[in-house]
Amino acid sequence: MAQIELNEIAHSYIANPKGPADYALKRIHHIWEDGGAYALLGPSGCGKTTLLNIISGLLTPSEGRVLYDGWEVTGLPPEKRNIAQVFQFPVLYDTMTVYDNLAFPLRNRKIAENEVDSRVLEVADILDLTPDLKKKAAGLTADAKQKISLGRGLVRSDVAAILFDEPLTVIDPHLKWHLRRKLKEIHDQLQLTLIYVTHDQVEAMTFADKVMVMFEGEIVQVGTPEELFENPNHTFVGYFIGSPGMNFLPCTLVGNVARVGGTSIILDDEVAALGRKAKGALELGIRPMYLEVHGRAVNGGIPVRIKAVEDQGTFKILTLTLEGQVVRARLPEDKAVPDDMAWVRFPPERTKLFADGRLVKRAG
Amino acid sequence: MGLVLRNVDKTVGGETHLKAINLNFEPGSRNVLLGRTLAGKTSLLRIMAGLDRPSRGSVLIDGRDVTGVSVRKRSVAMVYQQFINYPSLTIYKNIASPLKVSGMNNAEIDRRVRETAKMLHIDDLLDRLPAELSGGQQQRTAIARALVKDAQLLLLDEPLVNLDYKLREELRTELQDIFQRREAIVVYTTTEPAEALMLGGNIVVIDEGRILQTGPTPDVYHNPATLKVAEVFSDPPINYLDGRVNDRYAFLGRDIKIPLSGHLRRLAPGDYTFGIRSNHLFLFRLNAEDAEITAEVELSEINGSETFIHINHYDTFLVVQDVGIHPRKIGSRISVFMNPASLFVYDSSGTLIASPSPGSLAAGR
Repeated sequence: MAQIELNEIAHSYIANPKGPADYALKRIHHIWEDGGAYALLGPSGCGKTTLLNIISGLLTPSEGRVLYDGWEVTGLPPEKRNIAQVFQFPVLYDTMTVYDNLAFPLRNRKIAENEVDSRVLEVADILDLTPDLKKKAAGLTADAKQKISLGRGLVRSDVAAILFDEPLTVIDPHLKWHLRRKLKEIHDQLQLTLIYVTHDQVEAMTFADKVMVMFEGEIVQVGTPEELFENPNHTFVGYFIGSPGMNFLPCTLVGNVARVGGTSIILDDEVAALGRKAKGALELGIRPMYLEVHGRAVNGGIPVRIKAVEDQGTFKILTLTLEGQVVRARLPEDKAVPDDMAWVRFPPERTKLFADGRLVKRAG
Repeated sequence: MGLVLRNVDKTVGGETHLKAINLNFEPGSRNVLLGRTLAGKTSLLRIMAGLDRPSRGSVLIDGRDVTGVSVRKRSVAMVYQQFINYPSLTIYKNIASPLKVSGMNNAEIDRRVRETAKMLHIDDLLDRLPAELSGGQQQRTAIARALVKDAQLLLLDEPLVNLDYKLREELRTELQDIFQRREAIVVYTTTEPAEALMLGGNIVVIDEGRILQTGPTPDVYHNPATLKVAEVFSDPPINYLDGRVNDRYAFLGRDIKIPLSGHLRRLAPGDYTFGIRSNHLFLFRLNAEDAEITAEVELSEINGSETFIHINHYDTFLVVQDVGIHPRKIGSRISVFMNPASLFVYDSSGTLIASPSPGSLAAGR
């Protein structure tokens, strides 16, 4: 396993890129630590597949270098990089047995048969495939086949990293969590460098210790799932992580008060002080679950109109209008919903400020 | 318009797809068909639309038998899971296509196309081709085409299933508004409990081609008549604990002892299955009467703004829904708490015996 370094990588599919808009990847400068479980999360078109192909060697970046444990591999093809990949659809030999499928990458490298045997048995055990070893791959379910694909990556002791590209797409929803659990277990057990590419926030956040959120060719934030949820660095992260996404309201600052139209919202002193120094258009941000909703006027409460109530069973989502703008709030299942007016409070410790889309925060 | 299905069966190559379907859809009603994949939802929609003929039974519209009448002669519009549009036609022409065949004049077609496109926020894409649009925009086009002709029966077959979750969120809310402004019978199929609840109206819970329960959507959610309905109508899946009741206590799982009070008071001694939804299991004690369940963490799944913690209580697998993003380490021991007032009770045949009374659930979240 290896540390993977992306040094000042940028990529354009156009021969002579003129401006930032011509780049599929703007500037990626990042290190994947040896043994980490990472996810690369973003909507389609954000550049994550381009980045994955640069890591695996299918694509040479137009700028920058790729280093594995300090060794430059920028121009090397995938087969020279010791990378294992698991794709959306299982890649295996249907007519071979499970055992032979798992043994294939080793036999291909002329590994001694007794070592092949011990590796295959070990990997089959980890993946709960031992009872299926003698079966033909063709007859197995999609999730078993995907486990074999994964096993073909794990069986090699020399792989630098395993890359996953939307590996659970073809798996039935109720089986997905078993495979997610299996992947996490394998990571804990073997301490492999795993990079998981997906547009699905459930998969990214469940799988990874560190999630990188990509947006328009940039990594806008790297953090634990909890950090991304609690302290999104960018309005895109606030929107993309969490359901519904964070509320954003354009505002101006007067002292430690955010003005949204004619409404005043008191901010945390430090946030306000930083906000007064920040450049760019200001927006206030709050998660729907942190917005307090009251059925009657309360101290500091802002009157809002209730536009819609969505009962999702285990909780309710309220759509409110504040100064003509839509704000969502999340209420527990058993909390009564006021009729058509409510009063909301923005707890200062949960209320963030963004300038030109970036979180206003202390430097460093 | 009213739509009635009477004793409808559908068999294909000896395999039963639908069995003994009796349903009555009132004019202007909102209806959800909830069921897992392959439960028979699409088969049922196709029979309603007139795309397929039932093997047995009849379909009545306003009291008139239309069983053999083709879809072309019915006032019906349908939206499919896949984004189906004419690839060589512009978005404008795609939306206009159902009106063209009806012989409507061009000025009226133009007015309707623009109005419908505006409603679905694709009015600035009318000159494009479907392939130039994102998945969400393509499905908006398909929905616009279904809405433009004001059909009396509007059928939507899991229309959001192929969209990513942010687009789903958006369109789900918009569809609510759109349906409210329609006089058609709307029938919407889904596998997702949350989607069913948001649409409200009436629900038909279907499994293996049979109707399990019907009624106003929230009522069915709060009183799932059988274990199967509770399973289909809970996401994450409802938790089950086997238990035995004696004169004064219920014993659940390995070591959970609950005094019989509230809706459990009149339970006769015997064996039961107790159900509890994952959002009624807590990581902290809320009430003195809460029962404690000790377990080991299997996985923390993060979904939107929730963490679903899969736990193992002596080989009984449960899911706890925690608000916010708080993953727990695999293999760690935890205690979870439940209020006995939030338990559903099923007898050995899987029939609902007692359900939590509304308002009895612990507040505090």
